[in-house]
Amino acid sequence: MNKMVKTIKEAITLSGLKDGMTISFHHHLRNGDMVAVMVLEAIAQLGISDLNVNISSVFDAHMPILQHIRDGVVTGIETDYMGGMVGRAVSEGILEKPVTFRTHGGRASDIIRGASPIDVAFIAAPTADCMGNCTGKEGPSACGSLGYAFADAMYAKKTVVITDHLVDYPLIGGSIGEDYVDYVVCVDKIGEPSGIVSGTTKITKDPVGLVIADYAAKAIDASGLLKDGFSFQTGAGGASLAAAKYLKDIMVRKGIQGSYGLGGITAYMVDMLQAGCFKALYDVQCFDLDAVKSIKTDPRHMEVTASHYAGPGAKSSAVDSLDVVILGATEIDTQFNVNVHTDSNGYIMGGSGGHSDTAAGAKMAMIVAPLSRARLPIVVDQVLCTSTPGATVDVLVTQCGIAVNPLRQDLAERFRQAKLPVVEIHQLKEMAEKLTGVPKKPVHGDRVVANVLYRDGSLLDQIYNIPVFQA
Amino acid sequence: MIRKKAWAGTLESSDIYVEVSPAEPGTGLELTVQSVVYAQFGDQIEAVIRETLRDLHVTDAKVSVSDRGALDCTIRARVETAVRRGEDEV
Amino acid sequence: MRRSMLFLPGNSPNILINAEYLGADSIILDLEDAVAPTEKDGARILVRNALTSMGYTREKIVRINPVESPYWKEDLNQIIPARPDLIMPTKVSCKEDVEQVSAYMAQVERRNGIEVGSVGLLPLIETGLGLENAYQIASSDPRIVGIFLGGEDLTADLRCQRTKEGNEIFYARSRMVACARAAGIEVYDTPWTDVEDYEGLVKDTELAKSLGFSGKSSISPRHVSFINEIFSPTMEEIQYAKDVFACIERAKAEGKGVVSLRGKMIDAPIVSRARQVLEAARAIYGIGLEEGGKGHE
Repeated sequence: MNKMVKTIKEAITLSGLKDGMTISFHHHLRNGDMVAVMVLEAIAQLGISDLNVNISSVFDAHMPILQHIRDGVVTGIETDYMGGMVGRAVSEGILEKPVTFRTHGGRASDIIRGASPIDVAFIAAPTADCMGNCTGKEGPSACGSLGYAFADAMYAKKTVVITDHLVDYPLIGGSIGEDYVDYVVCVDKIGEPSGIVSGTTKITKDPVGLVIADYAAKAIDASGLLKDGFSFQTGAGGASLAAAKYLKDIMVRKGIQGSYGLGGITAYMVDMLQAGCFKALYDVQCFDLDAVKSIKTDPRHMEVTASHYAGPGAKSSAVDSLDVVILGATEIDTQFNVNVHTDSNGYIMGGSGGHSDTAAGAKMAMIVAPLSRARLPIVVDQVLCTSTPGATVDVLVTQCGIAVNPLRQDLAERFRQAKLPVVEIHQLKEMAEKLTGVPKKPVHGDRVVANVLYRDGSLLDQIYNIPVFQA
Repeated sequence: MIRKKAWAGTLESSDIYVEVSPAEPGTGLELTVQSVVYAQFGDQIEAVIRETLRDLHVTDAKVSVSDRGALDCTIRARVETAVRRGEDEV
Repeated sequence: MRRSMLFLPGNSPNILINAEYLGADSIILDLEDAVAPTEKDGARILVRNALTSMGYTREKIVRINPVESPYWKEDLNQIIPARPDLIMPTKVSCKEDVEQVSAYMAQVERRNGIEVGSVGLLPLIETGLGLENAYQIASSDPRIVGIFLGGEDLTADLRCQRTKEGNEIFYARSRMVACARAAGIEVYDTPWTDVEDYEGLVKDTELAKSLGFSGKSSISPRHVSFINEIFSPTMEEIQYAKDVFACIERAKAEGKGVVSLRGKMIDAPIVSRARQVLEAARAIYGIGLEEGGKGHE
């Protein structure tokens, strides 16, 4: 049996892709991804149109997709995250059909349960063999975990593996197995290494970020959750990473042995693993070179699928056992609803990713954010878009104090006992507005440009277009 | 009176970059405001700049600002610094 | 109470907005080393506006440029009307330096209808000559609330290497404390400059406390909580201070003149120290701490 085909075009033709179908991509190559653009280019040349693109995240590197939208090749996008450049075009109304936003866990579960069927999945694979066994841990475009790609490969009607590093069969230490793969294409290059993973992720030097991180670590310490068996996830933002570093200091000092670190993995989490803070790491996505190196060499650093990570339809997933997650926000309202989809002007520039999955699962979901950013208070009366419902968000940590969701009086009490500055979330809003003034609400149009689905598939919120004024 | 082109401030977050240039007497103020928070604070920023210029007795000038979310007290400081620099003898 | 004093660059709006929230008892807004010569004018206007608009509740100190620079008078012209708590003159080497600054401050205060002498002074001593004249400086002007050791510039002036162990400034530290106490004022220690070395910071801060310093400065907000903790009275110290006052009360009730506690006679210095401890405890831990806020006057 021969699965090897010479070109992407040939693979597309063999896959039987037709107008109106759904194709999928994963985003482990992040802003260095060349595969999605290559495939769309080939599809355009073949004259196929009206496609629905299900891509786990859209990055600025995917800007060429805008031309394919204008040309009618792509008419729908489903994703978990959308970077600012494509996001701006979507907010300005480039797509007639609203974008569907899911969470990382929701996307995997919807694919698995058939709510979001894929006709052809294109799997960018940093290393593969001729039968389609593949991995992200090796090769010139190594990205580490391929966590988000599993559901696509396993549940698409046809699966095409695209690699730039073909090795002899059988690939040792593969991730996705040949049993799910129809075709394999070897191309010159699948990714731009500089865009795939940053060399190192750096904690912030900003003093405000450090104060927030310090409070965050102390709040975790005071929460009652920081004990042997502790499990933890953190985002890759500067203050979140700094909090992880301070948390590590506390864990090492107190000799606490946690169970697992979860999520997108950075050097700081690897550091915590090596310092004995965790027994293992569950890695759905590597953020830097240290993480890639670690997942390749350290058996305690385990690749995890998106469904295993956060799938709400899974029999259980790792987020369900999570103690603490540290997350960011562009806005948070006085009901603790969090927006990570749009900027303060309402333009799409992000998405839930695992935000609402982990918030729902964790025993304490902590948002870290400065009181205001560039004159915009972080706390608002109502977020422009609800990405994560307030009922699942427990704590907001700012440099001016820690606001605790009224549902979690137990935590507020523990923080007070630890002499942490507990404040009402309304107070934070007032403090910020005293400095900044009260911002005017930005205007939006009346056309829905994106539907935000909660992890269970229900409609959580809608994002409206931003009218374009001609100067 | 603005005698020469001068500037103050930076493009860092929470700061504002202000540039002032001389204008013919009687031509009034020509103000250009660009801001990352224009939708939320555009009117206020413009009002604060005009008020500061009035307090400094600047009646004729070209003033252009690029705002990165500066507070009013920062806007006032940067406008004042730019004006003082522009008022210096050439 | 100045356990920790945090240096912050004067020309950075984002830092000035957040100065209040960085945990330090005092904030030192810097117009000197942290500001480039071409930005001195912009920084002093920015700091002036921040002082009048931000509503800081922390103690506000502005570090001005040295008297041999062309900037210090204009620094004071702009800053004094904004009512900082203290001015920190730099490279102060003799009492004349203080007198010059104090006299000019008085001029600016008068011009602006501010009560003369209402803004205090915290001279930064960072030269060999300044160290030699430390007592003179400390006792030269009623505005002076304390003296402040600048270890980096001092070691440059002494032509020695600044080390983490700090042996090279041991004499300077001891002398500063002695001169300050002789003049009846406070004394503050040089910052720890390795931002990431917390162990070193703790050692250095404990040393400063053990030598008699009233508090320590910092260049990193991350250092502040360590410094605050070390310079806060311990629970034992607070208990002892309370016992001192309880003992005095008892003696009063019993009509005794001489009082002793744990075998030691309670004299004026012990009472004064106990009062300081309880005042600090009240400021730091609040009235809520048992009866920490009463029992003495």
